[in-house]
Amino acid sequence: MKIKSFLKMVAILVLIITLIPCSNFEQRAEAFSNQVIRQGAVGDDVLELQSRLQYLGFYNGKIDGVFGWGTYWALRNFQYEFGLKVDGLAGQETKAKLAKASQYHEDHVKKQIKEGNKFTHYGGTNINKQGGSKAPAKNQSGAQGNNQSGGQAKEKPSAQGNQNGQSGAKGNNAAPQQNNNKPSKVTAANTPNGFSQNDIQLMANAVYGEARGEPYEGQVAVAAVILNRLESATFPNTVSGVIFEPLAFTAVADGQIWLTPNEGAKKAVLDAINGMDPTGDALYYFNPDTATSSWIWGRPQIKKIGKHIFCK
Amino acid sequence: MLRGILITVLALGVAGAAFWGYQEHQEKNAILQNAENNYQRAFHDLSFQMDLLNDKIGTSLAMNSRSSLSPALAEVWKITSQAHNDVGQLPLTLVPFNKTEEFLSNVGDFAYKTAVRDLDKEPLTDKEYGQLKSLYQESAKIQNDLRQVQHMVLENRLTWMDVELALATEGAPKDNTIIDGFKTVEKTVESYSETEFGAGMVTMKNQDENFQYLKGNKIDKKEAEKIAKKWAKPKDGVEIKVTENGEGSDYGFFSVYLEDKKNKTHSSMDITKKGGYPIWYLSSRDVKKQRISLNDAAEKAIAFLKENDFEDLDLFESAQYENMGVFTFVGTKGDVRIYPDAMRVKVALDNGDIVGFSAEDYLKSHHEREIPKPSISAEEAKKKVNPNVKIMEEGQGVILNDLSKEVFCYEFIGVLGDDTYRIYINADSGMEEKVEKLDNAEQIYEDVV
Repeated sequence: MKIKSFLKMVAILVLIITLIPCSNFEQRAEAFSNQVIRQGAVGDDVLELQSRLQYLGFYNGKIDGVFGWGTYWALRNFQYEFGLKVDGLAGQETKAKLAKASQYHEDHVKKQIKEGNKFTHYGGTNINKQGGSKAPAKNQSGAQGNNQSGGQAKEKPSAQGNQNGQSGAKGNNAAPQQNNNKPSKVTAANTPNGFSQNDIQLMANAVYGEARGEPYEGQVAVAAVILNRLESATFPNTVSGVIFEPLAFTAVADGQIWLTPNEGAKKAVLDAINGMDPTGDALYYFNPDTATSSWIWGRPQIKKIGKHIFCK
Repeated sequence: MLRGILITVLALGVAGAAFWGYQEHQEKNAILQNAENNYQRAFHDLSFQMDLLNDKIGTSLAMNSRSSLSPALAEVWKITSQAHNDVGQLPLTLVPFNKTEEFLSNVGDFAYKTAVRDLDKEPLTDKEYGQLKSLYQESAKIQNDLRQVQHMVLENRLTWMDVELALATEGAPKDNTIIDGFKTVEKTVESYSETEFGAGMVTMKNQDENFQYLKGNKIDKKEAEKIAKKWAKPKDGVEIKVTENGEGSDYGFFSVYLEDKKNKTHSSMDITKKGGYPIWYLSSRDVKKQRISLNDAAEKAIAFLKENDFEDLDLFESAQYENMGVFTFVGTKGDVRIYPDAMRVKVALDNGDIVGFSAEDYLKSHHEREIPKPSISAEEAKKKVNPNVKIMEEGQGVILNDLSKEVFCYEFIGVLGDDTYRIYINADSGMEEKVEKLDNAEQIYEDVV
């Protein structure tokens, strides 16, 4: 009996020991998921893309998991240097070349991100020395020079048109499968031009305080009114100025603006910033059940969304 | 004995309550005073800025040398923005004070427009000089009215808290010296008609073309419903409600509301009466975990626009916000991008559905344009770009410049340091019309310990 159970234990141990490197190996071997990575994308694939580009010295920015302009130029330089089609899209061919030419220390990158450290991922340097919170290593001048010269090349004037044309062929419906159970957190996010994350948060607070019981488009509408006021000559020119204008919003007056907004409110704000205006350019709105001011009733009304009437 | 104890306890209780009440009262007063002081500061500041504004316009009138006129006008511009800021801090939202604020921003626009101009090449015209003169007179009147209110406030120790209370509790503004004073100011400005600003001012205003370029016949409710069905592709059993716009709207539209009771989602959209064009579309569906890539979503967005007969559009920007992809398209004519004709499509990254769409800018500005022949070559334009910027891409585009005018430009995308810039050089005059710094991703400050 005892020997049997002991054997069992040993068997399990052996299994575990052999499985660990195995699973590790599998992760390493499979570079990227199937998706074509385009500018604006966020996620694990972008982390890998940035890391690999940095490994080769093309990318000197922060590895943050957001495919921004820095990554875009780095990718194009890479494509140019490696004789690929220069389109700024990480398609299958580009990814394969990149995976072949570089290494990706996923554990290192994920660990550093998780710990919130400043880190780099250059090749030719001991990866373990590129973490911690110290400033990025400065020993990559050769690689940087390489990067600069790559960009001198003449490139097609309209990259976007180019993308449109050929992406049909590359269109790949495969889902970007996540090789981990949960996607790791990226440390940065896209923000619409002209607004900071904090502006968005402030607006989400106002929207939630003002319209949390409203249908989704009613929340977008409240956010749109704030934006319309920003543009209007008769209101302050900053998000905080509009929101905190005395008597402008009841949620500000009674402190409901400081409730914690839900995700819906934030999405509504993003939609409004991205150009959705369900109100038809309204500057005011009121709840007909609670509004006592005769002045507000006198404003020309545009439409009703949920409980709110929106007016000029 | 027991009674004695009871009395002492009660007496202590009363004394304690009184003390607590007194403290609360004190605190409340301190807070009220604090708020009042903030209002007072904004108000007196406003009146000071108006004094300054009047002074500065006055001195700029007397100036002859161009070199001193530009800074003086820039100063006027600065003062108007500060005054505007002060107004925004006063509880006047429910008092009709729009005209005064509009006046301020008009003065600011006028000052800006003339201050940034090369006055050596293009001196003030007689008309502009006349405008400046009338602005001077007008600002003098406003200054006078405001001083009067200020005097009354100081003399009678009027408080802004009273104004706020009057406005907040009653809703309709009651008789209140300060409110009345501001109404007088408003009347003064109103009598000064907008026409005095001349035609030049119109372009500075927020362009509100009210879909003037739309073609097609007026549609009715039935047709609106049909169009909505074509766009939103509702499943069976979806309730559709169509309502007309209210009377306050500048243009006619139908609002369509599609409710899917079974799946507890709904979507809504507005459709113009003229021609039946969709202005925006929004679905409230909960988007699940990302399953398709941003690139595939872009394909879906392009296919969607093609399917709905939008032509000559270029995918301009793509961005992922969590599990949403937002794509901005701009119009094209040949190789020239028409930036005012912008359109946005929002794609859910779980199944590739179109969950949002906004064509307001596109519908408002899209029309047949004549693209002029550039009078300078691309090489010449390139020389106008800061030599430190490394140019990566170039093209041509029509943009709205600072003065909200459409101009035809050479477009350069370049890199300086770690930042990417979009630079527009006027294809006619070679002027640098616009330089945009393209945002990098912003760091998330949460959980960054």
